[in-house]
Amino acid sequence: MSVIRGDHDDSTSRPRAIAWARALCLATLGWAAQAEANTSDGYNLPVGVTSLSRDIYTLHMEVFWICVAIAVAVFGVMIYALVKFRHSQGAIPDTTLVHSTKVEIIWTIIPVAILVVMAIPAAKVILMMEDTRNSELSIRVTGYQWKWEYQYMDAGEGIDFFSTLSRDSNYARQLHSGIDPNTVPNYLLDVDKPMVIPSGTKVRLLLTSQDVIHAWWVPDFGAKRSAVPGFVNELWFKVDPGKEGIYRGQCTSLCGRDHGFMPVVVDVRTPDDFKKWVDEQKAASKQAAAQGEQPPPTALVLSK
Amino acid sequence: MAQSHASDAAHHDDHHDQPATGIKRWLFATNHKDIGTMYLVFSLIMFFIGGAMAMLIRAELFQPGLQLMQPEFFNQLTTNHALVMIFGAVMPAFVGLANWMVPLQVGAPDMALPRMNNFSFWILPFAFTLLLGTFFVPGGAAAGGWTLYPPLSLQTGDSFPMLIFAIHMMGISSIMGAINVIVTIMNMRAPGMTLLKMPLFAWSWLITAYLLIAVMPVLAGSVTMLLTDHFFKTSFFNAAGGGDPIMFEHIFWFFGHPEVYIMILPAFGIISEILPTFSRKPLFGATSMIYAIASIAFLSFIVWGHHMFADGMPVAAQLFYMMSTMLIAVPTGVKVFNWTATMWRGSLSFEPPMLFAIAFLFLFSIGGFSGLMLAIVPADFQYNQTYFVVAHFHYVLVPGAIFGIMAGVYYWLPKWTGHMYSMALAKTHFWLSAIFINVLFFPQHFLGLAGMPRRIPDYAVQFTDWNMVSSIGGFAFGLSQVLFAIVIVQCIRGGKKASAKVWEGTNPTGLEWTLPSPAPYHSFSTAPEIH
Amino acid sequence: MAQAHADASKYYIPHSSPWPIYGSVTLFTLMWGAISTLNDWLPAWALIPGFIMLALLFIFWFHTVIGENQQGIYNMAVDRSFRMGMMWFIFSEVMFFAAFFGALFYARNFSVPWLSGDGVKIFSKLLLWNDYNGAWPTNGPSTLGPRTDGTFETVPALGLPAINTAILLTSSVTVTIAHHALITGHRTRLKIFLALTFLLGFTFVGCQAYEYHEAYTELGLQLGTGIYGSTFFMLTGFHGMHVTVGAIMLTVIWFRVMKGHFTPQRHFGFEAVAWYWHFVDVVWLGLFTFVYWL
Ligand code: HEA
Ligand code: HEA
Ligand code: CUA
Ligand SMILES: [Cu+2]
Repeated sequence: MSVIRGDHDDSTSRPRAIAWARALCLATLGWAAQAEANTSDGYNLPVGVTSLSRDIYTLHMEVFWICVAIAVAVFGVMIYALVKFRHSQGAIPDTTLVHSTKVEIIWTIIPVAILVVMAIPAAKVILMMEDTRNSELSIRVTGYQWKWEYQYMDAGEGIDFFSTLSRDSNYARQLHSGIDPNTVPNYLLDVDKPMVIPSGTKVRLLLTSQDVIHAWWVPDFGAKRSAVPGFVNELWFKVDPGKEGIYRGQCTSLCGRDHGFMPVVVDVRTPDDFKKWVDEQKAASKQAAAQGEQPPPTALVLSK
Repeated sequence: MAQSHASDAAHHDDHHDQPATGIKRWLFATNHKDIGTMYLVFSLIMFFIGGAMAMLIRAELFQPGLQLMQPEFFNQLTTNHALVMIFGAVMPAFVGLANWMVPLQVGAPDMALPRMNNFSFWILPFAFTLLLGTFFVPGGAAAGGWTLYPPLSLQTGDSFPMLIFAIHMMGISSIMGAINVIVTIMNMRAPGMTLLKMPLFAWSWLITAYLLIAVMPVLAGSVTMLLTDHFFKTSFFNAAGGGDPIMFEHIFWFFGHPEVYIMILPAFGIISEILPTFSRKPLFGATSMIYAIASIAFLSFIVWGHHMFADGMPVAAQLFYMMSTMLIAVPTGVKVFNWTATMWRGSLSFEPPMLFAIAFLFLFSIGGFSGLMLAIVPADFQYNQTYFVVAHFHYVLVPGAIFGIMAGVYYWLPKWTGHMYSMALAKTHFWLSAIFINVLFFPQHFLGLAGMPRRIPDYAVQFTDWNMVSSIGGFAFGLSQVLFAIVIVQCIRGGKKASAKVWEGTNPTGLEWTLPSPAPYHSFSTAPEIH
Repeated sequence: MAQAHADASKYYIPHSSPWPIYGSVTLFTLMWGAISTLNDWLPAWALIPGFIMLALLFIFWFHTVIGENQQGIYNMAVDRSFRMGMMWFIFSEVMFFAAFFGALFYARNFSVPWLSGDGVKIFSKLLLWNDYNGAWPTNGPSTLGPRTDGTFETVPALGLPAINTAILLTSSVTVTIAHHALITGHRTRLKIFLALTFLLGFTFVGCQAYEYHEAYTELGLQLGTGIYGSTFFMLTGFHGMHVTVGAIMLTVIWFRVMKGHFTPQRHFGFEAVAWYWHFVDVVWLGLFTFVYWL
């Protein structure tokens, strides 16, 4: 269902007219009539495939509905006033209605209470998000203008590769390329070599950058964090078992000319398949080393 | 625009009554009305320039694939669109309104420091010559976003120092403008005009001026550090030397967050003037309105971290910034509720200023609600740097700040020119604007939630539909603004004579309504008595 | 130009004035000079026209204002406006310094500890800066600076900085004595102590220049010496510039005193400069504490 998940993606193939009609209905009803949809359908956040992304989705919907409720109440009163107290209908102003300590106290306290109700679950999720302990696989992710480097640690020690916008997208995205983006599969959301991770495993990313600030984001994981040169930020997620597949996202921190063209693609496999992949990679890099190829540079050179 | 008027005959020193003639009147101006007029005209021009950039942005985003420009130029447009709109359109418009109205409202003969007043205006055209000139130097204009985050902004070419010094000049101008407002209000009020009797617009500007003085120098400091990092090998934002790129973000947002309230508080003041007039009923809870503005101003200094949740910060800081940010909803809510109560049991008529004020109430609130959603840290991780944020801030800035300014202009224009403008045309302008602003920005909520990052010239194909809707709304909204200019020009040229009170509503309260329309060239040469 | 008339019953509004627009052109010229120099479009002389125009701007503008003042057309309300304006201007200057103090605070309490493995960003050390154990003062994990071995020395607080502190504090006292003398009508004492004040000010600037020379040539401490060099020179540098401007303003005021300006009741110009001088002094105390001493 996800628009960001290419492999299971049906939204682009869905006839456009239907999408439009639904969109218009939803827009008039309030965009979150979609509350129960599974992942992003073009109007709302994806529910995603990690506990974090689900928690975030729940929080998002809670806060959203509270805002809708307040809006209905406040806008309702306003509209009532606009209709009822029209000068053209001979409304007489009540010029004595200028102050009431009582109602002012009430409408200070009620919002405070509502805010507390919102803040408590949010605080809980924050504490969970920041707890990167006990991760089972760490991957060092480095942003470059304009590609990502993935260096595996733990079980994948030694695997190290770059991930760049796929060639098809890259041709199509050139000014006056003459190629219709609709004909390119996963236009702008595809890379030559995705990051591969096992499902059901707590994965920790160690994010940094080699030049300017980038940001790594996969909406279905509820995971976004900046990659800052010279510092390392941590980020974790654990994809539910059974949700294997390709997940897509983008760099979200303006990083120069090709900021729009450095996608993030994650290939989630079962732990067994992941293990196979790791072995293949290691074998391949051994072979490459034997043939005298240089592994990608890992040393960080940061000087002015 | 403002002609000297027969009622000036009471003045003694007659050589002061006539405005100088020709270009000198504007170049050497010391009169608050002339300077206010220049500010407003300048701001309108900048609104159109910034808007033209926005139109190019929307044209490129009309469909996926690059059609019109290279990505680099797109980034230049985004960056300069924001800088021009914020520093060129919104802030000067508010200073212009302050120039015109604050002396009238507090019963002063002019602004307290007239020469400095002119200085702060005339810096602006030069500053913007520098800023817009960056499009023509090697390497093109700055393209790192209006937030100027290093190290990206340090990659700017020859335009880099032009950008920095343009910002310095804007800052100098704003600080002088703010000092003038503070001094005028604190020192030049007519006898009997106690602070609590002062109209809400003047109040909102007083607090805004304090914000400006407190944060514009911080912006100057932060861009100075960028300059030295770029040219003089300092390491403020470079980890290799012990600095931190995130440090810039802290200093920038210490300025940047109060800055967004600088762009909304005067609009709050304008709305608080207009609603009572057209509800024919005094403002509800005037005193708590003032406290609410003051609380918002205070809180604005301790929430800046909410722009940086995803940049990696300690948990305690995330919690603190989330809660302090959410608190701002409380005083803002008090304002919205008091405005609603002002209309309650009133007698409402719907002239153009009132229409804009009502649209402000609804649409600003929507922008406020999405702001509140952004404050929820875990959710912000999904919203951050997507079109959801773009939708949020355009809702508070365009139907917020810009509608507030337009409401103010439609409210006071007859007082300035002495003529009524075309109500029909102004109402057409209103309805087109109010409809298309939503077509333009509402779909951007969907885009953001569905995963479209901001600051990209091209996007994945599933975002096509909403982008087309948004662009069409954008072109229509942009074209509608031509009507605004037409109404103003017509009104300056002529029209039905406006009375001193202008609006039929029983209680426009400010002192400005005791003066004839157009207001005489010198406002109160002898101070009015307030009872 | 406003016609001379001594009607102090009204708040004086100048009729029109060429100085503001001239000032804007000046600023633009100055900025343009700086831009051209920084971009290597022109040699450094490009800055000269701007500075000349700036000097002329002050001379012309203040000449006009002082002239108007001497004619007695400023009433007490105008005087009050000037005072308030000056106070808020100084406040804005305080906030400008606050930005740089903020950077110093952030570097010492956050970025340097993080880079050395403290707190939430521990992996910054583990993955990127393995051998860095930053302690203040520091030039960062890459030991930036002029020396090849990456070392540098700092200016000890108890040397020249302590003397400079004494100088500035003394000058604060002398300017207060001068102010007192002005109010009580002791013109000679006023002249002497005012002169002492700006002489102390210039002495301070001289010491500072000597200190900078030492730092650059002997200590390996330069703007490019990591975050310590950055914060050190930016803070002390902007302060030094303010002392220079303050001392020049004191000198101007001294010449005005010599010409017989100021009365015991009305002397805004004097007071403005004195406030400014105290502000410079207070900033220095902050600098001495946080930059040199702690
Ligand atoms: C005029 C400008 C303006 C105003 C007034 C606001 C108002 C608010 N803003 Fe907004 N904001 C911007 C301009 C503005 N903002 C800009 C320009 C950016 C982006 C900058 C950039 O990155 O380029 C931004 C970004 C931004 C972010 C960062 C998002 C991100 O980058 O990830 C956040 C996060 O907390 C935020 C929050 C808020 C909040 C909580 C308010 C509150 O003040 C809103 C309060 C109002 C209401 C809540 C509605 C009315 C209240 C009631 C009816 C009472 C009852 C309500 C409740 C109890 C819920 N804003
Ligand atoms: C007060 C501030 C303000 C105002 C008024 C506006 C007004 C508008 N803004 Fe913008 N905007 C910002 C502040 C503002 N904006 C900021 C801070 C950013 C973030 C920048 C960053 O990321 O760094 C931004 C970014 C931004 C983006 C995101 C760009 C990106 O992330 O890549 C977009 C895209 O749609 C956009 C669109 C618009 C549009 C269509 C208008 C319209 O309302 C403009 C309407 C006005 C006119 C059109 C002018 C008048 C009419 C004419 C000139 C007649 C001719 C008309 C035609 C040819 C049709 N703005
Ligand atoms: Cu990398 Cu944006
Ligand atoms: Cu903010």
